[in-house]
Amino acid sequence: MIEARGLSKVFHDKKRGQIRAVDNVSFTCKPGQIYGLLGANGAGKTTTLRMLATILEPTDGTAVVCGHDVIDDPEKVRANVGFLSTATALYPRLTSQEMVEYFGRLNGLDEGTLKKRVNEIFTRLEMDSFRDRRCDKLSTGMKQKTSIARTLVHDPQVMIFDEPTLGLDIMTARTIIDFIRECRGRGKTVIFSTHIMSEVEKLCDVIGIIQSGKLLAEGSLAELRDRYHDQDLEEIFVKIVAPLYVSEENN
Amino acid sequence: MNLHNVAVVYRKELREALRDRRTLISSLLVPLVLFPLLTAGLGAAISALIGKAKEEIPTVMILGGEDSPAILAELHGSNKIRIVPTQPNWKDQIINKDIRAAIEIPPGFQNDVDHQKTAALLIHNYEGDMKSAIATDNIQKSLEKYRDRIVHDNLSAKNIPDSALKPFEIKENNVAPPEKVGGAAFGGVIGYMVILLCLTGSMYPAMDLTAGEKERGTMETILSSPIARVDLVFGKFFLVLTAALVTAALSVTSMGASFAVLEHIHAFDKAGSDAAQLQLQIHFTTVLSVFIMVLPVAVLFAAALMTVAVFAKSYKEAQSYVTPLMFIVIIPAVCAMLPIDLTAKLSLVPILNASLLCKELVTGTYHWNFIAIIFLSTCVYAGIALFLAVKMFQREDVLFRS
Repeated sequence: MIEARGLSKVFHDKKRGQIRAVDNVSFTCKPGQIYGLLGANGAGKTTTLRMLATILEPTDGTAVVCGHDVIDDPEKVRANVGFLSTATALYPRLTSQEMVEYFGRLNGLDEGTLKKRVNEIFTRLEMDSFRDRRCDKLSTGMKQKTSIARTLVHDPQVMIFDEPTLGLDIMTARTIIDFIRECRGRGKTVIFSTHIMSEVEKLCDVIGIIQSGKLLAEGSLAELRDRYHDQDLEEIFVKIVAPLYVSEENN
Repeated sequence: MNLHNVAVVYRKELREALRDRRTLISSLLVPLVLFPLLTAGLGAAISALIGKAKEEIPTVMILGGEDSPAILAELHGSNKIRIVPTQPNWKDQIINKDIRAAIEIPPGFQNDVDHQKTAALLIHNYEGDMKSAIATDNIQKSLEKYRDRIVHDNLSAKNIPDSALKPFEIKENNVAPPEKVGGAAFGGVIGYMVILLCLTGSMYPAMDLTAGEKERGTMETILSSPIARVDLVFGKFFLVLTAALVTAALSVTSMGASFAVLEHIHAFDKAGSDAAQLQLQIHFTTVLSVFIMVLPVAVLFAAALMTVAVFAKSYKEAQSYVTPLMFIVIIPAVCAMLPIDLTAKLSLVPILNASLLCKELVTGTYHWNFIAIIFLSTCVYAGIALFLAVKMFQREDVLFRS
């Protein structure tokens, strides 16, 4: 379970002054549900997810993840979270297996449990053929599978995906989409950010539309269609976002 | 602090470092291969070149002296120089290194000598040119015997013994044990080398583990794990410290071994052999005490480098921040090689204090009050640097600088 309560984040920039990247965002994401955070570039998606993963600390507000407060108990929050984004790269000089084991150890798994868990994940994700290959020698698909294995090794209850398919080819992106769906099937709480409408339509139980750091609309796909009298999600998105939209160049 | 997590991070960083060609080159290959090669190769080359220059009989021109046949005969009879016919462009020939020197004999030289008036000879040479200096030296040696003979003859004619000109002699006697002599000669250099190598050994890993991690995009990955940032910093810090100490230890050992080998194969000139002898007479306990004193300095370097490098967005940017640190370290380390004595005030100056202390330790001098002040003050500086490194890793504007 994720509960964001008035999350806000202000950055200080020497040239631009104060930038309110996330402004009083509140939402709830329940187990067995996929919450999609939909927004343009610079809308505040990544900052929101980084605050949920305790990589960044909120300026105002808070969030509770699996019963732990992100401000008071960040390490326990991270122990219950699997965080995956295109920015979470792999250590190039470690093998695929070493990478996964490293994160298993950091999550406090004992050697016996770790070995069992790694074997189980590598078999499930069909990674045995490259488990001893260094990460800098892996293909993009293999890297994504290793990243997935890394997020799964401690069997977290909450999965956070920050634009996980950005820049990936269709086949690799499909692996990620299937994995997100599987997480929901296993009863995990899933939140992911994207600006790709088709992914949202395919996956999300609840959609939150964010722009200029503000959560402007929230609901299931059906509810949003009904509320904005349009079947096309892209049209709905534009209707909601347009009044506040500032291009990335001008932001 | 969770020691298990610190150990997990350290083991992972060590594994990566051992697989990284650049780390292996800077920490292992340079001290183990490059230093001995440079020491032996450069030493042998210098020795060979100087030997060759000394073996060569320099060509010399005589200017004047037509009325002084005795000195001309003396010069022509010397086997240390080769006299060539006089030419009007003798000055150009010296500058062009066709001849090495010219000796000018003034008119009436012989007459002045015979009448016991002080006459002056002028040697024209090329200042700064080694072969011209050797020629000058050879001319002086050739004429010293001639001059001594004249003095002896003049004194004998008046029944005065030669000792009248030298009523007493001044001799030197070294009372310092060989360990202290070796230390005095090399103490400053050893301290300088150990401190500098601690810095250079920790530079690459400090940048790789901070700015390099940001550049590769793995910083966000590790920050998403449950590890506390303080544990992460300490795990990385211990690896940087290990690299610093390993580099310094290997470098000093390989340099000592190179000198020892050079001494045994007699491929060094006299000065070189003395150097090797002095180096070898420095005890293992002294080297160990130097390393114990350098330990907080290495901690200071590792933490300071990490603090600076983590601010950079890329490895390249980190290099531009870290390079000025080299000068901050080199200047006090070089100062320790000057004739400066350790005082209570200097004991508080970071790096300079450790450099001066290393010099004392190598000479076998143990001023326990200074040792305590230096060790404690350096520990305090190292602690501050480490605290700053942890603080930097907790700053979002540093870790996610864009």
